[in-house]
Amino acid sequence: MEEDLDDLFRDDDEDPESEFNQDREYSKEMVVFLVDASPPMFAALDNGGDQHEESHFHVALDCISQSLKTQIIGRSNDEVAICFFNTREKKNLQDLNGVFVFNVAEREHLDRPTARLIKEFDCIEESFMHSIGSVHGIMAGSRENSLYNALWVGQALLRKGSSKTTDKRMLIFTNEDDPFGSINGAAKTDMIRTTLQRAKDAQELGISIELLPLSRPDEEFNLSILYADLLGLEGEDIAQYIPSVGEKLEDMKGQLRKRMFKKRKIRRITFSIVNGISIELNTYALIRPTVPGSITWLDSVTNLPLKAERSFICADTGALMQEPPKRFYPYKGKNIMFTTEELSKIKRVSTGHLRLLGFKPLSCLKDYHNLRPATFVYPSDEEIVGSTCIFIALYRSMLRLERCALAFYGSSSQPHMVALVAQDEVTDSSGQVEPPGMHMIYLPYSDDIRHVEELHMDTNVATPRASDDQIGKATALMKRIDLKDFSVCQFANPALQRHYAVLQALALDEDEMPEVSDETLPDEQGMARPGVVNALEEFKISVYGENYDYEASTKAESDAAKKRKAAAETAAMECAHYDWAELCEGGKLNGLTVVELKYYLNAHNLPVTGKKEVLINRIMNHTRKA
Amino acid sequence: MSCPGMGQLLSNTLYYKRFFPYYAFNVLGGLDAEGKTITANHVCCVFTYDAVGSYERVGYSTQGSGSSLIMPVLDNQLKSPSPLLLPAKDAVTPLSEAEAVDLVKDISLLMLLYIKEGKQCFSRLCHRCLIYNKNDEVGVVLFGTEGTDNELTREVGGYEHVVVLCESKVVDGDILDAVQRLPRGTVPGDFIDAIVVGMDMMIKKFGVTNKGKKRICLITSAREPIKEPYEGTKEDQIDTIASQMNAHGMKLESIVVRELASNANKNIMDENDHLLSRFSKKAGARVVHVEDPTSLLGAFRTRNISPVTIFRGDLELSPRVKIKVWVYKKTSEEKFPTLKKYSDKAPSTDKFATHEIKVDYEYKMADDPVKVVPPEQRIKGYRYGPQVVPISSAELEAIKFKPEKSVKLLGFTSVSNILRHYYMKDVYIFIAEPGNKEATLAVSALVRAMKKMNKVAILRCVWRQGQGNVVVGVLTPNESNQENIPDSFYFNVLPFAEDVREFQFRSFSGLPASCQPNQQQQEASDKLVMMLDLAQPEKSEDLRPDFTPNPVLERFHHVLELKSKKPDSDIPSLDKTLKRIIEPDSKILLQNRALIDEFCKLFDVKENPKIKKSTRRLWTKTSLDGEGESVHGSLNDHGVPSFNSEGKPIVSQIGDKTPVEDFEAMMARRDGVEWVNKAMKDMKSFIYDLVENSYEGDAYSKVLDCLIALRKGCIVEQEPKQFNDFLRQLCKFCQEKDLASFCKFLVSKQIMLITKAEAIDSDATEEDAINFLVKTEPAT
Repeated sequence: MEEDLDDLFRDDDEDPESEFNQDREYSKEMVVFLVDASPPMFAALDNGGDQHEESHFHVALDCISQSLKTQIIGRSNDEVAICFFNTREKKNLQDLNGVFVFNVAEREHLDRPTARLIKEFDCIEESFMHSIGSVHGIMAGSRENSLYNALWVGQALLRKGSSKTTDKRMLIFTNEDDPFGSINGAAKTDMIRTTLQRAKDAQELGISIELLPLSRPDEEFNLSILYADLLGLEGEDIAQYIPSVGEKLEDMKGQLRKRMFKKRKIRRITFSIVNGISIELNTYALIRPTVPGSITWLDSVTNLPLKAERSFICADTGALMQEPPKRFYPYKGKNIMFTTEELSKIKRVSTGHLRLLGFKPLSCLKDYHNLRPATFVYPSDEEIVGSTCIFIALYRSMLRLERCALAFYGSSSQPHMVALVAQDEVTDSSGQVEPPGMHMIYLPYSDDIRHVEELHMDTNVATPRASDDQIGKATALMKRIDLKDFSVCQFANPALQRHYAVLQALALDEDEMPEVSDETLPDEQGMARPGVVNALEEFKISVYGENYDYEASTKAESDAAKKRKAAAETAAMECAHYDWAELCEGGKLNGLTVVELKYYLNAHNLPVTGKKEVLINRIMNHTRKA
Repeated sequence: MSCPGMGQLLSNTLYYKRFFPYYAFNVLGGLDAEGKTITANHVCCVFTYDAVGSYERVGYSTQGSGSSLIMPVLDNQLKSPSPLLLPAKDAVTPLSEAEAVDLVKDISLLMLLYIKEGKQCFSRLCHRCLIYNKNDEVGVVLFGTEGTDNELTREVGGYEHVVVLCESKVVDGDILDAVQRLPRGTVPGDFIDAIVVGMDMMIKKFGVTNKGKKRICLITSAREPIKEPYEGTKEDQIDTIASQMNAHGMKLESIVVRELASNANKNIMDENDHLLSRFSKKAGARVVHVEDPTSLLGAFRTRNISPVTIFRGDLELSPRVKIKVWVYKKTSEEKFPTLKKYSDKAPSTDKFATHEIKVDYEYKMADDPVKVVPPEQRIKGYRYGPQVVPISSAELEAIKFKPEKSVKLLGFTSVSNILRHYYMKDVYIFIAEPGNKEATLAVSALVRAMKKMNKVAILRCVWRQGQGNVVVGVLTPNESNQENIPDSFYFNVLPFAEDVREFQFRSFSGLPASCQPNQQQQEASDKLVMMLDLAQPEKSEDLRPDFTPNPVLERFHHVLELKSKKPDSDIPSLDKTLKRIIEPDSKILLQNRALIDEFCKLFDVKENPKIKKSTRRLWTKTSLDGEGESVHGSLNDHGVPSFNSEGKPIVSQIGDKTPVEDFEAMMARRDGVEWVNKAMKDMKSFIYDLVENSYEGDAYSKVLDCLIALRKGCIVEQEPKQFNDFLRQLCKFCQEKDLASFCKFLVSKQIMLITKAEAIDSDATEEDAINFLVKTEPAT
């Protein structure tokens, strides 16, 4: 039962089959960021009264930089290229004018993001004007078509890799809705035609082009001028595409960031409702613990990765063997044998799909009915037409009647009873916050629930209950310490941030270890406000009484704790008898017994494990520091 | 002087004279320093010596000339499992950690329905004991039996209709077998008598001193009256029993199984419930009410894990205000056991072979596959982009994030800010430090205030020193409704910013009109949601997670038991009681057939015709047994047009698409007499298949069509016997297979035997025909 918390990040999913190893669809993603660098992108924006002046260019770079950082943590196999167009300088394989592919040493143009790339990209803005430069885009009288060139370069970059196994995308950041506005006549139609053709060619090669339009404060980005045709959008889709004009720049950033991610579904499942009616659902992992990547063993001399080889050895004879087909389990003094097929048959209690059992009021779903992160389901009409309609009907009924559905999810590795909770769409100025759909919550079985409350039950006497006055004080306290707009994921994981900051520093051979702030610490200033302090004090007095000695109230400590305390005390006493500094310097620690050494360690709260040499080393280290 | 000290002294004394030893054979015995705890493990401290003072602490020993004679006797008496057994068993069977369970089971008349589940419960318990706690002891007491067989009757009289089926002992195959032959009771049982008999059995067996966990599980319907005691009231009697239980450290768990029944005497039930709840007040007993067999299985606790705290210390509201709390896990997934790999290399004659396989990992250079890199030459590397950054463990330790152990309040927020699907992991529970009255009060005040205000608290937790990460989570109130259980909090871990993926989905209102349900469809779906209600107000909630057993584990244990008897036995299909967990209740579905049909009619579901058949995933075929059939069937009903048999020139077998047409076509074939017989035979087996594979009655209408066609065919051909025999067989088959719903369905559709009037050869009269199904039904 004791979970090893030390093994901090590896708590679930040892099961390789597990659905939580997502990303089935495409093994890899290749993205080319095409950033417009024409002067209008650099126009200063009024940032909602903020002193800081920002430009669209800055917003785009910010988003890309953030995306790179997430990518290197989560999906480091994906490849990216960053490409500016409408630039003074040119740098690209085709030697086309006005396109600059940004890159750093030891890296191909389209490659996995490296620590160096992220670092240099972060400071590109200062040097941009100087080293790359910005020019106006397509000008009258010139045959140069920078948008066309950019698309061509992007397509050329994405040439490698098969489109079956990789997902190729081009993301265009621009605030110019009419790049061909400055010219007219036959030259214009011709240029538009060739550009559209180029885009179409790219799309036919399996490259999807997406636009991240940056609306200027005064006018909305007009897709229908050019980009609707370029992207192949029609009718309603256009309306979907336009971002709601950002009131604040922050919101625009949020919207862009969300759109830069590509949805990845875990798998497609069927949901059988009643009477053989089944609908098709896609499942998505919206929330999964992010953990530092797995460990690769390296040779400490060459720093080259090692290959792990697994071998099976018979414990009785020592013979090397193949992976055996049979497993056994001791039962009643015998070894009961199972073949792997039998085991998987036992686990397959149901088909691998979701099956509706019924509905329950939401209040039946208790707070302790949880085992693992929920999975999001969204309908799809791809294989079974009509799924979405049924899903929406059920979804609306459930929302209105405040029900959740109970279903059995018979995946082969983890068959589980699940609750499907309908989630209404929530949007705010930064776009969609909660997508519409249902969340599949994995319910525990009776075997998984522990009845801890009953463990310390008082027999015969009623347990103390808070009086109304005490509850009132607690209520007042709650009103004082209220996090009004707490959002679930507002904290970055300090352990993870630290881990990657260290990795980045090491990867770039920096000497200085970065400091990462821990956002999860309580707000000490807020807690020290007189109102809060008073409320706390009142609550304390009402519950604990006036002169309450907090420590004394703790009843007799456990035996182990007592022992530990006693040991520490004697250690401290004994420890004082020796002159440790002298012993260390004279190298006489070897002459002491382990017991004696442990006095020192105990007294200084150091670990006491290990051989004598280890103990001596530890003491030496400690005295040196002191 | 302590006993071990004395032992050393004697050793020294002997050794001192090692060159001219004393002529003495020594055994030294006494109580050790913790001699006050006379547990089975450390009764005493016995040292045995050789002539020159080499000594050893043992459980028992002999010396002297009779030694060789008496030693085997001692071994036999004290070291009960043979010392030849490998691996060696403990010298004295420890009972200290083991658990003793007495199962008290009501088998009186009204419990008949549950006799099977009762058996199952018990087998579950035994399986678990055999797997997890091999030293647990189990006894079974039945009450409501015809006869009487218990020690108390023999000693003091009374206690009628209580039978001790097996005395408390370590679980073995015998108990399992005995339970399989559970007799059926005939008279009303008195559960108080039974509890007393159960307690008596435990006290006699284990005495006062034994520290094992003692548990009495009572399974009863609590519908029959309790006898008036000879003296005092029933309440007094309960109090006496409860105080005895407390004195002996026994826990009572009662599961009251009761379906909604109108014929039971309400007064008696209320009184019994009152008595049982008195137990829970006085002796901390747990009373659970269940209404269906599946819940009975789930409610019956088979394995008691003693929980371990995750954290003990202060819940800091602020640096100055703290509450002492203990944190435990509330849920923790019980995983499917890991099975060891089997090696068949050891010779079959080797009795001590473990048959285990060790898995060994060797790390080799990528370019030099021969050279193995020793562990000290390896270093951990983490991937960062294309680079792998080497970090030694020491470095990692030095630079890693090290928060201080603490549980700190970040603030309170309203419930609506925390959506349910953000709960990340299994759940923790915070309770106030036991015995600390102020802490209990503080927790209680916060719990109640949070409940009142609809607030939750956000905490930052570091459970222990040296833990490399922090946990941010939400504390939700858990108001206790029992007066002797204190209030507590549940704690759920929340995601960090990195854990959330902000995928965008189209809003439903923005989808094309073809995906929008119209008003009629919406109403049908509302009705469906209401109809399939698992928590109807007048009933207790169905399939509560708290009372639902894990079907996979149940099945595994069942197979384990089967295989232990017959190694090559097949894997049985899922038990009916457990099927309830993975499939919807066919009863409800059948009751609301009209509604469901309407729902199906309103919504049009079909496979996308654009996707080629070959590339289409096998979503109809991957399904197990019955489901494939039904999905297929439903597809025929919706969308895909059925092919009429007219298109086929010759029909030579009954297909599952258009069975009725096929049958008629075959019957109509005149190119051979055998076709009629073949048609009937095929039709019969087809109907059997349908009935057997149908689930929730979805195929019944199809069966009905087939039956009608068959009946018509039989009348035309004047073969009433064929049909009548078949129908009888079918009904019998249904009763055996728990498909009673099908018989009812037939009655409702007025399918009857072929009468004399319809076919002259029939052996059934009109009356027989009508009564046939009506008669068979009540028996089910």
